[in-house]
Amino acid sequence: MSIFINIKKSYKTFLLEMCFESKTNTLALLGASGSGKSMTLKCIAGILKPDSGKIIINDKVVFDSENRINLSPQRRNIGYMPQNYALFPNMSVQENIATGLHKFKLDKEEIEKQIKEIIDLLQLTGLENHKPHQLSGGQAQRVALARILVSRPDLLLLDEPFAALDDYLKTRLQMKSKEIIDKFNIPTILVTHNRDEAYLLADEIGIIDKGSLIIKKEKKELFKEPEFYSAALLTGCKNITKVIKEKNKLNLLDWGITIEAINKDCSYIGVRAHNFKVSNKNSGYEIQIIGISEEPFEKLVRFRFKNQNIDSEDVYWKINKNDTVEDVKYIEFDKKDILYLK
Amino acid sequence: MTQFDLFPLWNSLRIAAISSVIIFFLGILLGYYVSKLPRLAKGIIDVVLTLPLVLPPTVVGYFLVVILGNKSPLGQFLSTIGLPFFMTWRGAIIASTVVAFPLMYRTVRGSFESFDENLADAGKTLGLSNTYIFWRIRIPNCKSGIIAGIVLAFARAIGEYGATSMFVGYIQGKTATIATAVYQYWTIGNNTFALIYVLINLVLSAIVLLGLNYFEKPRRNR
Repeated sequence: MSIFINIKKSYKTFLLEMCFESKTNTLALLGASGSGKSMTLKCIAGILKPDSGKIIINDKVVFDSENRINLSPQRRNIGYMPQNYALFPNMSVQENIATGLHKFKLDKEEIEKQIKEIIDLLQLTGLENHKPHQLSGGQAQRVALARILVSRPDLLLLDEPFAALDDYLKTRLQMKSKEIIDKFNIPTILVTHNRDEAYLLADEIGIIDKGSLIIKKEKKELFKEPEFYSAALLTGCKNITKVIKEKNKLNLLDWGITIEAINKDCSYIGVRAHNFKVSNKNSGYEIQIIGISEEPFEKLVRFRFKNQNIDSEDVYWKINKNDTVEDVKYIEFDKKDILYLK
Repeated sequence: MTQFDLFPLWNSLRIAAISSVIIFFLGILLGYYVSKLPRLAKGIIDVVLTLPLVLPPTVVGYFLVVILGNKSPLGQFLSTIGLPFFMTWRGAIIASTVVAFPLMYRTVRGSFESFDENLADAGKTLGLSNTYIFWRIRIPNCKSGIIAGIVLAFARAIGEYGATSMFVGYIQGKTATIATAVYQYWTIGNNTFALIYVLINLVLSAIVLLGLNYFEKPRRNR
């Protein structure tokens, strides 16, 4: 896929200024709710019209305000799956899927054949005559996917595809959907607020904050070096402190400790919860444990540094279920695990 | 004693039926376009289209006489081409259409407004034409509102009195309707006939409302 987008759109007090280019097969846009992710997808699909800018998909200009180009959604050939899947309530599963084939003007036999194929592939057999309200969340999602896939889009847009599903089903469905989308080899942009989902499904992840894309990287790179405060938060980094550079030291203002400075501009540093280690008086920082809470397979320790700023948040530390840390007085973290953030 | 005349029943039914057909299409069309309008325009047009519902029917009748009566240019023109509305049963169609229209329009507009636009958007991206989306997706999913609206409008058209009596009067065998017949029989002291038409009207309205409840299935949650 190749997508180029550079658009502006204002809505009430919100300003969307989206600009990026991607050649990857699956791109995830990760952002908090209200950050403008869905709006971006709707602009790409042609449902919303940007105030100005340009959108080019696979060398096809679908929107260009300067040359007054604004292709209708029908002519963009982009599959769009909204968060609630938007199955037509008045139609059965097969009729819903048939709407995806409508534009090809096929004869009845061919339509039936293609519907049967996709129903087999997505394991919807037996549900052909069900109405959408009779389907489970997972089934509804597969019908929505089937309906889009038969329409052979050049690009697939998924808006929070798994947000409406129960946790225990999610991972399995995510894997399954990925398999299917890969099989059809359709480039995909998905929008999510869930970092695990983005990591699992995408090759490349873009972080969206307040209507703009602030960083976009290969996913492993992004988790290793999120570069920005909001990107670190969205990739799940729980511990972030303001810093100030003093000579060759970095003063971690919230935590009341200093570390060695590096040759890089930063206003914050972050340390992920699983990157702390037990230490000793000579090389560690003194801490006080505030509380320990158990999660199903891990423990979450909350602690404060000895001279920690009173207004700042407790620091989170994830440890194995079997570790005991009640008596720990000193901790440390590797220099390589520090996230330097703007 | 005069003979009991069934003409008003037949006349009321045909007037209500024809106005309902007009109201059906007009209501869907205007309900849809108004639901799409920006707020201010919507507010203004909504007031204009809903006024006949709250105005006294005599006021509606007055306007009809002014616009289409035999002294107005339009009324005179219609007379010369042989299609007068004033004091004819065609005029009664206009009167009941105007009075009953807001019931259809408001109900339909409400159900268009609660329609999930995601469905239309999804349809567009699947390559479905706007006409297809309107008739095969929007209308079927607003069905219960449309049926409720047209049934209410039909019931109202059957019971229309004020505007009708002002605009087309009571001419036996021509413009007499159930509602005007009740009044007419009562004023001449024929209470039996008046009562018969009262009962006919009650039964008709009850049937229509029963039908409404039958069609108005509870909305399923998705």
